Amino acid sequence: MAKTQNSEPLVAPDVLERVLAKGRSTGAEFAEVYIEDKRSTSAGLDDGKVEQVTSGRDRGAGIRVVSGETTGFAHTSDLSERGLLAAAEAAAMAAKQGGGGVNKVQLGSMLRHSVNNIKISPDGVEKSRKVELLKRADAAARAVNSAIVQVSAGYGDSLRRILIANSNGVLSADDQVRTLLRVSVVATGDGGMQTGYDSLGHTIGFEMFDENDVEELAIRAAKQAVTKLSARPAPSGSMPVVIKRGSGGVLFHEACGHGLEADLVGKSASVYRGKMGELVASPLVTLIDDGTMTAEWGAIGVDDEGHPSQRNTLIKDGVLTDYMWDYLRARKEGRVQSGNGRRQSYQHLPMVRMTNTFVLNGKEDPDDIVRDTKHGVYIAKLGGGQVDTASGDFVFGMTEAYLIENGEITEPLREGNLIGNGPEVLKDIDLLGNDFAMGNPGMCGKDGQGVPVGDGQPTLRVKSLTIGGTAA
Amino acid sequence: MSSGVSELQALADSVVGLAKSGEQIEAYVSRGGETSVRVYEGEVEHFVSAQSEGIGIRIIKDGRTGFAYAGTLEADAVAEVLAQARDNVQFGTLDEWAGLAEPDGVAQIPQKFWDEDLANFPTDQKISITKELEKLTLAADARVRAEQSNYEDGWGETAVSTTTGIRESGRGNSCYVSVATLADDGDEAQTGFGFSVGDSPKEFDLNKAAREAADRATRLLGATKPASKKVTIVLDPYVTSQFVSILSSALNGESLAKGRSLFADRLNQQVADARFTLVDDPTNELAYTATDIDGEGLAARRNVLIENGVLKKFVHSSYSARRMNTQSTGNAVRGGFAGSPGVGCLAMQVQPGNKTQAELIAAIDDGVLIQDVSGMHSGVNTISGDFSTGASGIVIKNGTLGSPIREFTIASTLQKMLLNIVDLGNDIDWLPMRSVGLSLVISDIMMSGS
Repeated sequence: MAKTQNSEPLVAPDVLERVLAKGRSTGAEFAEVYIEDKRSTSAGLDDGKVEQVTSGRDRGAGIRVVSGETTGFAHTSDLSERGLLAAAEAAAMAAKQGGGGVNKVQLGSMLRHSVNNIKISPDGVEKSRKVELLKRADAAARAVNSAIVQVSAGYGDSLRRILIANSNGVLSADDQVRTLLRVSVVATGDGGMQTGYDSLGHTIGFEMFDENDVEELAIRAAKQAVTKLSARPAPSGSMPVVIKRGSGGVLFHEACGHGLEADLVGKSASVYRGKMGELVASPLVTLIDDGTMTAEWGAIGVDDEGHPSQRNTLIKDGVLTDYMWDYLRARKEGRVQSGNGRRQSYQHLPMVRMTNTFVLNGKEDPDDIVRDTKHGVYIAKLGGGQVDTASGDFVFGMTEAYLIENGEITEPLREGNLIGNGPEVLKDIDLLGNDFAMGNPGMCGKDGQGVPVGDGQPTLRVKSLTIGGTAA
Repeated sequence: MSSGVSELQALADSVVGLAKSGEQIEAYVSRGGETSVRVYEGEVEHFVSAQSEGIGIRIIKDGRTGFAYAGTLEADAVAEVLAQARDNVQFGTLDEWAGLAEPDGVAQIPQKFWDEDLANFPTDQKISITKELEKLTLAADARVRAEQSNYEDGWGETAVSTTTGIRESGRGNSCYVSVATLADDGDEAQTGFGFSVGDSPKEFDLNKAAREAADRATRLLGATKPASKKVTIVLDPYVTSQFVSILSSALNGESLAKGRSLFADRLNQQVADARFTLVDDPTNELAYTATDIDGEGLAARRNVLIENGVLKKFVHSSYSARRMNTQSTGNAVRGGFAGSPGVGCLAMQVQPGNKTQAELIAAIDDGVLIQDVSGMHSGVNTISGDFSTGASGIVIKNGTLGSPIREFTIASTLQKMLLNIVDLGNDIDWLPMRSVGLSLVISDIMMSGS
């Protein structure tokens, strides 16, 4: 999606056509070539020192051949025609069908679906400027309070050029630029050590730092650690939970996002199977997955099957309206794919994945939501989560949370997990704010593959969630 | 040494040979391959056959470190990696302890990492094993479906060379099968899994994997949410393995040096119940993560970390050892060619007790057998020690197992949990994880439910 400085395709279309024909030479009905060339730079600062700057290069091709219900897959780091043909043959053998094959594949014209413009490509920025960001973060965090005893900060950028061609004639390319900064802080006090964390990540270039303040980020992380020094043990048991805007999208990612992925639904491994058109959430909830969302961490021009990203409404006013789809699952159901076929790298098979998943605004003033809560927990920052899609049970961590007493946010709480059941929690959302914000950049893991995802929501209340603390 | 390995060592040597005056260079080269078969409803869903290779180069000059890697061994790419690593050196902060490992004279303990049977195992049999596992799983219980049945194998060759005289290489292969299950009862579905590991597929126990996958899913059917209360828990061996693994970061010498270990200032003090002894022993061939060398090429070795509850040792790489004025314990870890070494435990083992799981359960009046936990990454803070995870399991009442429960959390702190260890099982299970499994009984845990 970047305006690329180099518009030459990674591999020439006529070579791709021959490789795809080789892929179908044993009778398979579908072949696909996925080419990736990724350059990345990262830098880490810890204990006051820039420990290391790392440069990385990952380049190769993954070739997928589908025959009936069977997918054959091979990958190679050799992008020569010979290397690609060898991988195509291996993938074709892996999908192994006898009979007459295809010897000609014709590609359409190149699709580039730009959802974003990159103003400052990170590979053109001096490494010293990247390292400088870390030093600024370190200094800002340490200046917050003398209780700050340790700071680590990380910078990362990547330029990932992909090219996808398949035997249906699809030919797509995308240049995906991502830039990330994270800060972790340790504070120490009478009760031991506490940690703070914050991060910033967008699908844009180095201009991210013109629009966002590194010091602010570091200070937020530092204050979180210092605040938690006086935290009391989190409560144990079920109670109302208010989740601050832009911090709780992971709740939807786990409570229903994964359960709406068509590969899991197709195997009846989702609690949302067979629920199309039914009320699965509070009527307040409209859930969107949107890969076109400019600059957000999960934005993509085309997905990793060459399909343009798009905005998909999954839940509308509480009613389930669609699942998310990749090529194979859509083909099986005789419908169109939804731009959700993603993979970690050329070494991986694509599957159904989220992009940017979020809940639209409600009507409430966020302050009223807190005021309306007599006793409960206010979560200002969520950590990661995990879900069992079949039962719907999911957990997510709270890394910054407070008690709500008589409608006011009071004492800070120590960390813990919360647990709930997806469909029940979605129905228990009884107040939804009008202050929508996207949250921190996330890395979503599924079947051993990680892909960047975004999430967001307005401030909201769940009537009852189980807090996994230690206080009775 | 196989021809592939000697080729990698020669490449690593050639990079190291390009060191300029005043430069320390480490070249880490690896190559590997994998086969992955997934079966669903009697058909091969996917068959993956793949190879990959790469090089990581670390350069240290005047106390500054630079690193670069590439996922290819083509000559032009290797030259670019070397140039990038060299360029990156100037941006590092001067660190008086920066440096590569130096040979320390500790002998490697020979182990077998390569299995010829696996290397020569026919592809069609890999597929038939995967189908057989699915069939056995479905036969184990009428309520059970198989979401996926998997066969995975992999092989790898690595070589590391440094200007400080490290020159090590090796190769290994491994394989396992696993099955993910769903058990249905009306609208309710619960999940389970089972697996089997062997040096070669001939050692797989498919029946056991199928039985466990079916049991895990069906055991939870009809599970309810428990009321909140303090309980004694019995961690199933698989859960204990995850619990013990998270102690690695608290025992990490680099965390200690940087003020991030919750065990700081606790050396030679009681940090756990006296029944608890923890060693890191990658020289034990039974351990799934056994190795003869660490991530810097030093000999892997046995280290006693907690003995009878007393903290005896932190684990170190050469870097953290220099900082703490001690010797490397052979605990540098690296995640392949794309990363430089960090510090961590390699193969953690808890000294077993003398009771079976059934005997441990029989001694508990009011407790829970924890079958599974979730959110270890989101609710456990290894710096503060706060521990909270989602869980599912079976109620223990008056020494016997009762009904299943789910959608609850268990919480305490790592510090308290270690001191509250009540008993350990003799049911050592060498799981395909970084830590051994056995049944572990811990008291005074807050269970949160309704």
